[in-house]
Amino acid sequence: MRADDPCLKQMKPPELSLADRFFLPQIAVGLGVTARHIAGVMFRNKAITVQYPDEKHVPSPVYRGVHRLNRDEKGRVKCVACMLCATACPAHCIDIVGATAPETWPDREKYPESFVIDELRCIYCGMCEEACPVEAIELTGLYDLTGLSREQMIFDKAKLLSVFDATSNQEPMKYGKPPERALGSPTTELAPG
Amino acid sequence: MAANVLDEPEVEHEIQDATWTLNFGPQHPATHTTLRIVLELDGERIVKATPDIGYLHSGFEKLGEHLNFNQYVTIVDRKNYISPPMNEVAWHNAVETLLGVELTPRCKYIRVIISELARISDHLLCTGAAALDLGAFTAFLFAFNLREQIYDVYEEMSGYRFHPGYTRVGGLLYDFNDRVLDRVRGVVKSFQNVYADMEKLLFKNRIFLDRLRGVGVLSREEAIAHSCTGPIARASGVTYDLRKDKPYLVYPELDFDVPYCTDGDCWARFAVRMEEMRQSCRIIMQCIEKLPSGPFNAPIAEKFPIPDKATTYNSMEGLIQHFELIMPNRGLETPHDEVYAAIESPNGELGYYLVSDGSQTAWRVRTRPPSFIHFSVFPLLIKGHLIADIVAVLGSLSIIAAELDR
Ligand code: SF4
Ligand code: SF4
Repeated sequence: MRADDPCLKQMKPPELSLADRFFLPQIAVGLGVTARHIAGVMFRNKAITVQYPDEKHVPSPVYRGVHRLNRDEKGRVKCVACMLCATACPAHCIDIVGATAPETWPDREKYPESFVIDELRCIYCGMCEEACPVEAIELTGLYDLTGLSREQMIFDKAKLLSVFDATSNQEPMKYGKPPERALGSPTTELAPG
Repeated sequence: MAANVLDEPEVEHEIQDATWTLNFGPQHPATHTTLRIVLELDGERIVKATPDIGYLHSGFEKLGEHLNFNQYVTIVDRKNYISPPMNEVAWHNAVETLLGVELTPRCKYIRVIISELARISDHLLCTGAAALDLGAFTAFLFAFNLREQIYDVYEEMSGYRFHPGYTRVGGLLYDFNDRVLDRVRGVVKSFQNVYADMEKLLFKNRIFLDRLRGVGVLSREEAIAHSCTGPIARASGVTYDLRKDKPYLVYPELDFDVPYCTDGDCWARFAVRMEEMRQSCRIIMQCIEKLPSGPFNAPIAEKFPIPDKATTYNSMEGLIQHFELIMPNRGLETPHDEVYAAIESPNGELGYYLVSDGSQTAWRVRTRPPSFIHFSVFPLLIKGHLIADIVAVLGSLSIIAAELDR
C-alpha cells in the first residue's frame, strides 16, 4: 500500500494522565468491570458456563458426532457396500467387507457383511456422510462418546445400527439439507457397552 | 551455526564463567505450545537466544501428497488451530488458482465472513494470552468468551466446533442458513462489549503498558529483511496487507482500514491487533448486509464441487460426478502446473505452493507459515532484554507451534 493510502490508520500510544500513572483510578476501573460481570452472573443470569451433565449443550442439526448406519423402511441396513465412504475417509478408519445380497433383497446386488468404524481414528470430518450415495452413513448429534477400552470404541455394524435406533426419532435422515431439529430437545444417551 | 544447537562447540572458558545457559520450554506454560528456546544469560539479561524447533513436527505437509484436494482440508485445519477457517480458505484459494475455478459470489462472501471471524478469534487469543502471560487474567477470560461464541458459529455452519473443515474445492460444505447468520450477528454484537471491556482493562493499565512499551523493538528495515508480514510488519511501519495489495475474494468491494504503527515494539503489535479486530467486525457487518443469494457451489459443469444430495439422486450428471470426485483415478484432469497463492491470515501472509502432476492429489504442498518466519526474528527482538520479557515478546508474535513445525 502506498504511504498516503486513505485506508491506513496509524495507532498512537495512549496518553496517560497523572491519575492513570498512580495506578489507583485504573484499579478502580478494572474492578468495576469485574464487578459488573459478577453482578451479571449473580442477578441477571448471565453465566456462560454450562452445568454439565445436568445441563447439556444442544448441538446444531448438522453436528458431526458418532456415526450411525441408517435402516431403510423394511429395517434392513441401507448401505450397498459401494466403498465410497471408505475411499473418501481421510483417516482410513472405515473397513467394509461387502457380500452378495441375499435372494430376498431384490433391490440391490451387494450389502455389507461387516462394517467397522474405528471411532478412535476417526476425525469426525463428515466426508463419509458427504460421499455416501444412498445416505446410509450419517453423523449424529451424539457428542458424549466414551469407552473403557480401545475395543469398545471400534464400532461394528450392530453397534452402528443401534445408534440409528437410538437416534432416529430425534434426528431424521438429512437428505442433503440440514434437518430442522427442534432446538432444546435433549440428545439421547447411548446404551453403554 | 551448527545444524543443531546442541552440537555447537563448547563456549570459551572465560565466557562460560560469565554466562549460563537456560532452557525455556519445550514444556512451559507461557510458550502455550511446544517451543524450545536455548537462552544464554548474563545474570537475568539475555545475551543470545536460540530457538530450537521441531518438537511438534507431525508430517502435515507430507500428508498433502497423499490426500486429495478436498480431504487435505482436514489437515490444514490443524496447522494454525487458532484460526482454522483461515487455513481452509488459504488452501482452497491455492487449489482454485491452480484449477482455475471461479467461485460464486455467495461463496466468496461466505468465505470472507469465515476468514474475518477466524481473524477475530485468532487476535482475541493472541491479545488475551499476551495479557494473561503478563498477569492480566481477566481480559483473557473475556476474550475467551467471545471465542466460544465464534465456535458456536463454526458448529452451526459446519457441525464441528474446533476443526470445521468447511470449504471444498469450488464451494463449501453447507450453505449459510439464517441460524448461522443470527449467530454471526450475535458475535458482532458481543464483540463490541468484549472490546470495551478489554479496552478498560488494558489500554491504560500502566503495568501492562510498562511491560510492553519499548520491549522487543523490530525496526522497519529488519521487518522487511526478515520478510515479516501481517500485524508484526504493520506494527513496524511496513504497510503491507494482501487484502489491499493483492486483493482476493471480495475484499476490493469492502470498506475497511488497515491499522499500522511505527513503534515496532510489543505494544505496537498489540494495538495493531486490537484495531484489526474492529476492522474485521466492520467487514463482517458489510458482508452480512451484502450477502447475495444464489448457489454457493460453482456449477457442476466446473467439474469440481461435489453435487448436493438432491442433484446426486435426481440427475445423471450429478451422480456421475459424485462418483468421479470420490473414486480415485477416474480421469479428472488437473493441470500439470505449479502455483503459489497466499492470503492475509491473522499472523501474516499464509501461502501455499502447490505442484500438481495431473491427478487429484498434489505432488508437493509447501506451506509458507507466518509463525516460522516470525519465530526467526525472535532472537533479534529479545537480545538484551530480561527473562521476564520473553513471554511478552513471544505473546506479541503469536507463534503457533503446529504451524511452525508442520
Ligand atoms: S467422519 Fe471422516 S474420518 Fe470419520 S469415518 Fe467419516 S470420513 Fe472417516
Ligand atoms: S455407507 Fe454409503 S458410501 Fe459407505 S459403503 Fe455403504 S453405501 Fe457406500
